[in-house]
Amino acid sequence: MKLCDMTIHELAMLLKAGEATSMEITKSVLDRIDEVEELIGAYVTVTRDEALEQANAADERIAIARKRGDFSGISPLTGIPLALKDNVCTKGTRTTCSSRMLADFVPPYDATVVGRLRDLGAVIVGKTNMDEFAMGSSTENSAFHVTRNPWDLERVPGGSSGGSAAAVAAGEAIGALGTDTGGSIRQPASFCGLVGMKPTYGRVSRYGVVAFSSSLDQVGPMTKDVRDCAIMLAAISGRDMRDATSSPEPVPDYSSLLEGSVEGLTVGVPAEFLHSGLDSGIRELMDGAIRMLQEAGLEVAEVSLPHFEHAIAVYYLISSAEASSNLARIDGVRYGYRAPDASGVQELIRRSRSEAFGPEVKRRIMLGTHALSSKHYEEHYVKALKARTLLIEDMNQAFNKCDCMICPTCPTVAFKIGEKPDDPVAVYLMDIYTTIVNLTGVPAVSVPCGALGGLPVGAQLIGKAFDEGTLLRIAYSLEKACAISDRRAPVAAADGRRGK
Amino acid sequence: MMQDYEVVVGIEVHVELATESKVFCGCRTAFGAEPNTQTCPVCLGMPGALPVLNRRALEYAIRTALALNCSIADRTKFDRKNYFYPDLPKGYQISQYDLPIGSNGYIYVDVEGEAKRIRIKRVHLEEETAKLMHAGDDIISATHSLLDFNRAGIPLVEIVSEADMRSADEARAYLSKLRSILLAMGVSDCKMEEGSMRCEANISVMPRGSKEFGTLVELKNIASFRAVHRAIQYEAARQIEVVSSGGAVARETRHWDDARGETAFMRGKEEAHDYRYFPDPDLGPIVIEKPWVDRIGDEMPELPDAKGERYMREWDLPKYDASQIADSRDLSEFFEKTCAIVGDGREVAKWILGEVLASLNATGIELSESKLTPELLAELIELVQTGKISGKIAKSVFEEVFNEGKRPGDIVRNRGLLQISDVGELVSIVEKVIDANPGPVADYHAGKTRALGFLVGQVMKETRGRANPQETNRILKEELDRRA
Repeated sequence: MKLCDMTIHELAMLLKAGEATSMEITKSVLDRIDEVEELIGAYVTVTRDEALEQANAADERIAIARKRGDFSGISPLTGIPLALKDNVCTKGTRTTCSSRMLADFVPPYDATVVGRLRDLGAVIVGKTNMDEFAMGSSTENSAFHVTRNPWDLERVPGGSSGGSAAAVAAGEAIGALGTDTGGSIRQPASFCGLVGMKPTYGRVSRYGVVAFSSSLDQVGPMTKDVRDCAIMLAAISGRDMRDATSSPEPVPDYSSLLEGSVEGLTVGVPAEFLHSGLDSGIRELMDGAIRMLQEAGLEVAEVSLPHFEHAIAVYYLISSAEASSNLARIDGVRYGYRAPDASGVQELIRRSRSEAFGPEVKRRIMLGTHALSSKHYEEHYVKALKARTLLIEDMNQAFNKCDCMICPTCPTVAFKIGEKPDDPVAVYLMDIYTTIVNLTGVPAVSVPCGALGGLPVGAQLIGKAFDEGTLLRIAYSLEKACAISDRRAPVAAADGRRGK
Repeated sequence: MMQDYEVVVGIEVHVELATESKVFCGCRTAFGAEPNTQTCPVCLGMPGALPVLNRRALEYAIRTALALNCSIADRTKFDRKNYFYPDLPKGYQISQYDLPIGSNGYIYVDVEGEAKRIRIKRVHLEEETAKLMHAGDDIISATHSLLDFNRAGIPLVEIVSEADMRSADEARAYLSKLRSILLAMGVSDCKMEEGSMRCEANISVMPRGSKEFGTLVELKNIASFRAVHRAIQYEAARQIEVVSSGGAVARETRHWDDARGETAFMRGKEEAHDYRYFPDPDLGPIVIEKPWVDRIGDEMPELPDAKGERYMREWDLPKYDASQIADSRDLSEFFEKTCAIVGDGREVAKWILGEVLASLNATGIELSESKLTPELLAELIELVQTGKISGKIAKSVFEEVFNEGKRPGDIVRNRGLLQISDVGELVSIVEKVIDANPGPVADYHAGKTRALGFLVGQVMKETRGRANPQETNRILKEELDRRA
């Protein structure tokens, strides 16, 4: 197996033991990018030179630690090549949100999460492709190019964090950050055979992450396994004075919580989730996952989320309303695309936005503008807020009976590129299991639990707010029980064979 | 015709709060810095940047609301007001929609000697926009525009009155009272010329005695107290003209053109924005703790009205004089410092409202810019009190003190202006005057007491005004009576 196909925690051991250098790991990742990126299209920008510099710095840092015999300043992420979704601001490196609008936008500052990763000595390999402004479930809405699923190049990697998912699955990064507003980390993780977590709202700072829907967005890890997820989550979590919605809840060492017993914990099975015309193959894999958790010592209880069917509508109203306002700052005045030869400022703003936003973004801006208009505010936006409150009550009720819930991450496996181009509502329904999690603020993680026709399927575990520790422990036991022998996507495995 | 109608005015005031840093980021707020040097990703509206509330701005807004007798919300929130304009970096302004920090307040305004209560509908906190400058003579001929984001994000308080004013005079009195309160609170420097205080007026007219208000017109671009008065007068007259000639006033926004002295159509009701207000999810609900509000109230500087009452009580000042001094932070500070030295408030007030104000008006400067200090004024008053100079001499010396900051004692000594109170010296002068004016002396003895005034005047002339007037009077009378 090549270095680029290993996990963060495996590589961290090698680095600490002096059996590999960050330079070697980074080069391995860059080599893989050279080899497969043309097929996959995971990245918008590869920051090769910076990555090599950072690898060098990390190696020096590790060498000093070794000389002093003191590794306290070394994190499991020191020297590890990571990818960032291209809506996370990076000082000096363009941050495009896969939009023509920001194709040349170079932020003057780092997002808080980026600063934290840099401080730990992580290596940033590049910025990954996504659905424009994170609006979509397939990464087909990128203004630049499609991204292909490393498990089947005919298929989408999911979205909107499809570039991050594909990069990690193909060994083009060891781990990645995605963002999740309605499932944008979990669904591509499910499609690409990864672990992907949306943390509790407020767990991770949103400062410097280009806002889609401010009350729903969270940054989270996309990794090859649960332990890596725990490592990355701990690195990016915690209070940020620049984000008023970030929580002061202390951040535990999630990795150390993985091994604990799950005996006596209860997993809830939401009745509504498994009865909504679910694909039989996925249904079987879910039943299998529930059995495995039971064998690991968890109790199983049926729970109910009675207003669940409204989650999609509520989600599209709230997220589009907030997006319509969040994207207003991109007006062609201070940065971003500017329409040439506009005769006045109103025309400048109108034309810049008309010419450079893609169709899905425009659709959501229109939907959100309508929902917030004074005439329709009560019937749409206010009603959606009320329904959101009901969903939160549902969630609280359900968690009175269980410690976590299980359901599919997505009703399907990865679909073919171009398969769902013209029916937005059909695409929106893909988010049926994921949006309720963002609307209620709780954390959820997608864990691979099997495959259908050679395509990965993820189980979604939903946890209690700010109890990512327990959630990850249960995810870890499910991962162990599933015992998938080779998690590598065919693209990566093929290279692995060639390499040996 | 004018007297058949009543003018109804409501006023919206925007005041920049004098906090060190901006309302949602840490940037400085100093006025006059190089353009775009006091900016950061937050106030530039960069993608991904988030606002964090400056607690001091909230405190100032609460203090303002308390000073205007508002009730303070225990829970409040910020809302986004969405519209596109190049001076608005985020495409929305963070403002407050339905839960303002303060509501249902009032202040008293002096209207023809009567205290009239003007109600305050609401006080809320929001952010300032950037400064937009057009390169050219006006917006039409400008080839391009420049933006300075130093101003973007300075905390702004909006104070909305009820439509309680009935004339341009009342509107001006309201603004001036509001300004004096805000200055006393130390929350803003309220400089209309620098734009840290701005106002918009809502004007309508109705037949006198009517209970139903007419159609309201919004007036923008009012940049001075004088302009407020002129704009309201002009607009009221325009509306009365329209209504009395059988027309109807249109619901619209009009622009005050100060140079032309008239209002002009800006936009109609149908062009009004739909601001699509909704709660800002980046800030969340704000809980205003009662003990905090109480502390802000306890630590609040004295309000002008209370101060005026105190002056009436402590120094027995007439109400008008007391409030004239109390309404001005500069004057009241000066007054109190001077009183602390000479201990005669009535005398100090007389000087401040007389010579001091007159000199300020004549020179057009602020008291703080003049060379006059409380110590100098106190010294001058003391010279009079101790009989060293007369009130008249004191007045003649004042200008030099005011303009040059010289000590009154020095001026008086150098110019030989010390008052003559020495009885011996006065007696010999009086005798000289009596000898030289037999006619008036005879008149006096014949019962024409008015002649006494003439003789006093002669003594003053002889002494170039330095004779102690009381002593002169006494001695003159004695001497005349002796010779009778």
